[in-house]
Amino acid sequence: MLDRYERNVIITALTVSALFIFSIFYALGAKRQDVTECLPYNKTYETARVEQIDGRTYQIFYVARMWNFEPAISYIPVGSEVDLFVTSLDVVHGFNVFDKNVNLMAVPGGVSKTTVKFTEPGVYKIVCHEFCGTGHQNMEAEIIVNYPRK
Amino acid sequence: MQVSRSLRTILLIELFVPILLLTIGIYHGLMQVIYRSGVIQRTSVAGLDYYQGLTLHGVINAIVLTTFFAVAFGHATMFFYTKREPNRTATFLSMLLMVAGTGLAAAAILAGKASVLYTFYPPLKAHPAFYIGTAMLIIGSWIPYLDWIGMYLRWKKENPNESTPVAVIGTLVNFTIWFVCTLAVAYEVLVMLVPWSLGWVQEINIMLARTLFWFFGHALVYFWLLPSYIMFYTMLPKLAGGKLYSGNAGRIAFFIFLILSIPIGVHHQFGDPSIGRGVKITQSILTFGVAIPSFITAFTIAASLEYAARLRGAKGLWSWIWKLPFFRKDVFLFGYLINGLILFIFGGLTGLVNASYSLNNVVHNTSFIPGHFHLTVGGPVFLAILGMSIYMLSQLSGKRIFAPVLNTIVPYLWTVGVLIFSAGLMYGGLIGEPRRTNMGLTYLNPSSEQFNPYWVVSSMLGLAGGGIMFTAGLLYFISFFGTCLRRRSAEPVIDLPVSETLHEERRVPLLDSFRPWLAIMGLIIFLTYAPAISDALNNTNRKAPPYKPTDPVPVVRK
Repeated sequence: MLDRYERNVIITALTVSALFIFSIFYALGAKRQDVTECLPYNKTYETARVEQIDGRTYQIFYVARMWNFEPAISYIPVGSEVDLFVTSLDVVHGFNVFDKNVNLMAVPGGVSKTTVKFTEPGVYKIVCHEFCGTGHQNMEAEIIVNYPRK
Repeated sequence: MQVSRSLRTILLIELFVPILLLTIGIYHGLMQVIYRSGVIQRTSVAGLDYYQGLTLHGVINAIVLTTFFAVAFGHATMFFYTKREPNRTATFLSMLLMVAGTGLAAAAILAGKASVLYTFYPPLKAHPAFYIGTAMLIIGSWIPYLDWIGMYLRWKKENPNESTPVAVIGTLVNFTIWFVCTLAVAYEVLVMLVPWSLGWVQEINIMLARTLFWFFGHALVYFWLLPSYIMFYTMLPKLAGGKLYSGNAGRIAFFIFLILSIPIGVHHQFGDPSIGRGVKITQSILTFGVAIPSFITAFTIAASLEYAARLRGAKGLWSWIWKLPFFRKDVFLFGYLINGLILFIFGGLTGLVNASYSLNNVVHNTSFIPGHFHLTVGGPVFLAILGMSIYMLSQLSGKRIFAPVLNTIVPYLWTVGVLIFSAGLMYGGLIGEPRRTNMGLTYLNPSSEQFNPYWVVSSMLGLAGGGIMFTAGLLYFISFFGTCLRRRSAEPVIDLPVSETLHEERRVPLLDSFRPWLAIMGLIIFLTYAPAISDALNNTNRKAPPYKPTDPVPVVRK
């Protein structure tokens, strides 16, 4: 039969793994932490724009190219929920919003989507984190939250 | 064991070529941390661009060194345990293809025509020689696998009642994983990228290419790791002066790797569009399954080491650790392996962070990732390769090791360096520091308007650790090349340390047969990858032309 120590270790390993897997589902359900949605691609994602759906809901359509993001600067009021859509018109780019756990890939022919809520005012930097050619280290954008109304 | 002249020559070439190239690889490792920390704020140094250097660092350290070593070590293991030499022509042909392919790819990178990093994600386009060279290296590594299958079957026929040695199972499992996963990347390279880079095909599906790459890309890390695991099971207990706690635990671990190494590659693509969340979470959970064999290994090896220490008269719950032969020149291999194991504790745990589905949003493509994989491929994998390379060099050439004291302290120095380096990178990753970025030009250049003070401390830690790692590398080179230059003082042999098992073990037919495991492997791969590939095909309708890394305008055929 199985050695006593070996059996204990197998039980421990399985318990620890089960705990980890439970945590993933807990984050998914209770904390609504999820990865990008899988959307079928169409041409409308190739136009960079900010759209206001209602007072608290915005959609930003990002288009990445060598070596910038459009829109480069977006203004969003505090407390808004924002849908972010990201695609690329040339090579693969990365999309990381500082401090917001938004982490997407911009791939030509595909569109990544996530939703994020901005409850604190500030300047949220977006950097490209996938190598996209010699100008990669310049590629940045900003979301400015709580910019005073014009 | 006596070894024929032809096999000896081929093995020595397969050990020497990658270590020679490693000098370039390690130089560029040092350069990365210098650029990244903003100490130099330039695009290139000594004629080599940052991203060109990063490509060299990745391709040489992670593909060339690991593949050459796995083949050479596989030859030695199969020869030593089956008492039969591999086929001479096949061995020679394989070596020739690997060396020529490496030369071709290296020439393309050094000429500045293939600065696409070792993941070579299209639509960035490299020179066709880069793709063809890489494919030759891979195909060269397939040849011995087919030969070893024959050696294994003959051995089995001659010894029908004996349990297959753990090292043989490990080697065959490793190359089966390698063969299956490289089929996908061979398709990506030969069918998609080569015609496209030559201009015969205008556009390709990028998501399909990425999905095929990661079918290969994660299994690749187990291909790197399993030779170290073979050493942990079959050598480390012996080197410590003890016995292996359980041989069947090793067999179970290897077979779990066989079935679960491949169907988890999508966990590199959580941030990718076009692949459904169902596929992503399934593969995330399967990744936790592949952590189980590492738990098993950690226990079995720790138990074996404790047994060895108690044989040496150790007492107490923890103090037995200090009875192990840490700084002994005659068992220097122990130092390489034990340091690798210590690093792998952190490497494995951070790997679980990366694989944890939505938690991956925090770390994906930040410097947390290189922080993690320098604790795995830069930890147990790299140290086992260095230690075993110089061990085999010394045996096969019949030369005593030059500067054995340096050789003994290299793994300890390296471990200190990696721990500092990875702590810095992982800390930086948690505050958004991107990987693969020449940060010295912008984010860590105080005169740039993009300067970001958050990343100063983290990248400085990276620099400090990187400097120590580079020093350890230099000491190793002194010892390795110094040994090459010595006179022969003994007969060339291959003698691997062999750990006996602690308990008497009966042959378990299920753990001594590949068929059922291969069937499960095929089934799981089909169930997980059919939907992933179908998603990539169906949710992507815009294909992409090739781009040079220097130019935002696509390459058009003349």
